[in-house]
Amino acid sequence: MSLDSKVPHGEMDKKWTDYKGHVKLVNPANKRKLEIIVVGTGLAGASAAASLGEMGYKVKAFCFQDSPRRAHSIAAQGGINAAKNYQNDGDSVFRLFYDTVKGGDYRAREANVHRLAEVSAAIIDQCVAQGVPFAREYGGLLSNRSFGGTQVQRTFYAAGQTGQQLLLGAYSALERQVALGNVTMYNRHEMLDIVKIDGKARGIIARDLVNGTLEKHFGHAVLLCTGGYGNVFYLSTNAMGSNVTAAWKAHKQGAFFGNPCFTQIHPTCIPVSGDYQSKLTLMSESLRNDGRIWVPMKKDDNRKAVDIPEAERDYYLERRYPAFGNLVPRDVASRAAKERCDEGYGVGTTKLAVYLDFKDAIVRYGKIEAGKTGNDTADHDSIVKMGKAVVEEKYGNLFEMYEKITGENPYEMPMRIYPAVHYTMGGLWVDYELKTTVDGLYALGEANFSDHGANRLGASALMQGLADGYFVIPYTLGNYLADDIRTASIPTSHPAFEEAEKKVSDRINTLMNIKGKQTVESFHKRLGKIMWDKCGMARNAQGLQEAISEIQALKKEFWSDVKIPGDINEMNPELDKAGRVADFIELGELMCKDALDRNESCGGHFREESQTEDGEAKRDDDHYSFVSAWEFKGESEWQLNKEPLTFEIVKPTQRSYK
Amino acid sequence: MEHYNMNLTLKVWKQKNSKAGGSFETYQVKNISSEMSFLEMFDVLNEQLITEGKDPIAFDHDCREGICGACSMYIDGRAHGPWTKNTVCQLHMRAFKDGDTIVVEPWRAAAFPVIKDLMVDRGAFDRIMQAGGFISVNTGNAVDANALPIDKKNADTAFDAASCIGCGACVAACKNSSAMLFVSAKVSQLALLPQGQPERESRVLNMVAQMDKEGFGNCTNTYACEAECPKGISVSNIARMNREYLKAGLTTEQ
Repeated sequence: MSLDSKVPHGEMDKKWTDYKGHVKLVNPANKRKLEIIVVGTGLAGASAAASLGEMGYKVKAFCFQDSPRRAHSIAAQGGINAAKNYQNDGDSVFRLFYDTVKGGDYRAREANVHRLAEVSAAIIDQCVAQGVPFAREYGGLLSNRSFGGTQVQRTFYAAGQTGQQLLLGAYSALERQVALGNVTMYNRHEMLDIVKIDGKARGIIARDLVNGTLEKHFGHAVLLCTGGYGNVFYLSTNAMGSNVTAAWKAHKQGAFFGNPCFTQIHPTCIPVSGDYQSKLTLMSESLRNDGRIWVPMKKDDNRKAVDIPEAERDYYLERRYPAFGNLVPRDVASRAAKERCDEGYGVGTTKLAVYLDFKDAIVRYGKIEAGKTGNDTADHDSIVKMGKAVVEEKYGNLFEMYEKITGENPYEMPMRIYPAVHYTMGGLWVDYELKTTVDGLYALGEANFSDHGANRLGASALMQGLADGYFVIPYTLGNYLADDIRTASIPTSHPAFEEAEKKVSDRINTLMNIKGKQTVESFHKRLGKIMWDKCGMARNAQGLQEAISEIQALKKEFWSDVKIPGDINEMNPELDKAGRVADFIELGELMCKDALDRNESCGGHFREESQTEDGEAKRDDDHYSFVSAWEFKGESEWQLNKEPLTFEIVKPTQRSYK
Repeated sequence: MEHYNMNLTLKVWKQKNSKAGGSFETYQVKNISSEMSFLEMFDVLNEQLITEGKDPIAFDHDCREGICGACSMYIDGRAHGPWTKNTVCQLHMRAFKDGDTIVVEPWRAAAFPVIKDLMVDRGAFDRIMQAGGFISVNTGNAVDANALPIDKKNADTAFDAASCIGCGACVAACKNSSAMLFVSAKVSQLALLPQGQPERESRVLNMVAQMDKEGFGNCTNTYACEAECPKGISVSNIARMNREYLKAGLTTEQ
């Protein structure tokens, strides 16, 4: 099948304006008759559901959590990018576009990224109007900070809780539409299949997680805003409930999966401490604004960090990448940490950690504060005290979280950090209109593949989620629905709904009747280990081939020996999890297949076979300048379709941050 | 930090569904590391129960980094357990010692019916938000963000109120099961910001009316809510809401 990305013709910076000017519209009277299903209520889902409700569509929104406010967007810490140039430091739509395409290692679709940069400024305006309390300067204007892979300050933030504040803004807009009757909210509901009629997505089968009942819901269109699939690795910074199920069901119904192997390993997470560990916790990238990353110069140096003198510390990011220093993009920083630890310079009990040190920042800020009050003679202790106060205002909640988890005070001794799975750039393949390869089925936010290429820059996920939901889908969905105004609502007694429901019900029954010996959690852990060891920060052909056969074997074992307690028609979190882990296993195989096929290194995808002499990722544009869009053909069978990537504006070069 | 292992006795509330009665069950867990989080200890217990063919304990949890507000356990008589300004998911086992007996209950409040075991229905909070916890601005209508400077002090106070995670610990901790801290945090955030002014009066009246309708109790100023709030939301928000409510009652025509 040939893939049509539907990128509008014309110059890059006119495409979106031109598209909006010519796109088909749906008149208000017809909007009232059109029903839209939104699955997931994170930034993308809540903003889409609210905006579409405001426009007059009849929206049904679903989330598996007990409230839309709990979606995992809430945990995003550092900030959101926007090309506002409030700092007068040379930022522009073009710069944000350029940084994002380059940061993604030239594996993103230029037109989508340009649109993202164009709408970024309006997102900030919208959020402020909703009452989102961004950080401000004393003059009352908005404050900014830096994130990795850029040389300007374009990141807006609300302490280390930016995702929370943005999500609560979108959530309040959503709840307002619920009150107005434009959106019906289904909490504690999980989507378990897409219903297709005449090739078009026409609804979903959802399960009420409180009583286990299956429900059929019709929609003229279905939007999947279901986030990423990082939990395929078991340990990740994702929430415990984050899963691929909705996207995977869509994939099996004909939606192609784009670049599944593109995974972001975030450099600054709290290291694993034991095998009971259920998840990993991120320490925001914003910390790299002020924290310096180092390891001892001596191997197996067991001295305490504070006892290691300056001259015996290796600030390896500053050494290797003087231009960007500690603020290199995530993929680069993660690999550099792994390299040092692999070479034996790691710290802590597991030796799988590096230091993130705020000592210099505390002194620097302390001196500034002393200067402000004209106190030139302040002694070191008072400077440190003042400096700590500044650092606390900037990152207080993160420092607190670190101390709760590790029992160590990061104001006194450097944090220990290590890379962990954080985000998935891959996702359902979508065209310029965010439509998947199934008509009427859309994917927004992290669930799609489109904007971040092979590596996402910090503070860009919040931007993309809200761009898709507030400013893209309200236009592009109309272009599809305008042709659908004569389609009356299809009753859910239609055979297609009955069949889909039966299929879902059969699968649940099969799972419950296995009555094996091993817990769902134990399978998930084993899958995670295969993925991390063989499809993690570094990948090679042999490992990936092994992983594929190990995953196939694991799948057989799962379907013959999984043990699920309880009943179907009750609240049964183990059953919910079993369905998700079954889907993760299938996805894991596809990820390895994709990683094996892409015999180049790009962004977060590092093939050991393809690296430069000094160990940097080496792209192969001659052979791999395309999006891998995998088509499901049957069990363990996929066909690769390629969307060629052409770069009109940002000419691919070997990425350098030196 | 010194690491150690411990054996514990857990008394946990078990309740099949909202209609069934409930009771405490006693469980033993062994070799729990002081580095585990409280919920990881529950994971260990649940794995043990499933393997033994017993019913695992249902509890709400998701982000496990103290921000989503899903987790909600009443531990040894305190919402979210013994640490202050903390959620259960961030409570770590070094708070306990070998041989301890720990009692774990769900949030108890008429407005939060139990769904199963430690899981409760906090839908009332969503409905209070629907009554007015928003600024009525449709997508695409906003002026430039810096066209509206906001005094840093007010912005910071609004942020402090806005950091509420909607977990319901305030209700669970209150002897009257009052939701005043939750409601006042949202009312305060929006009352402090210029964007919130047009709906300032109707917001507080409608949210309070919905709060009463949901069956939450009144505030008698014991401040248990602030003491147990994982985000340290201040009771001064309640005072602000009372002023807002009084003022709105005097001046609106509703």
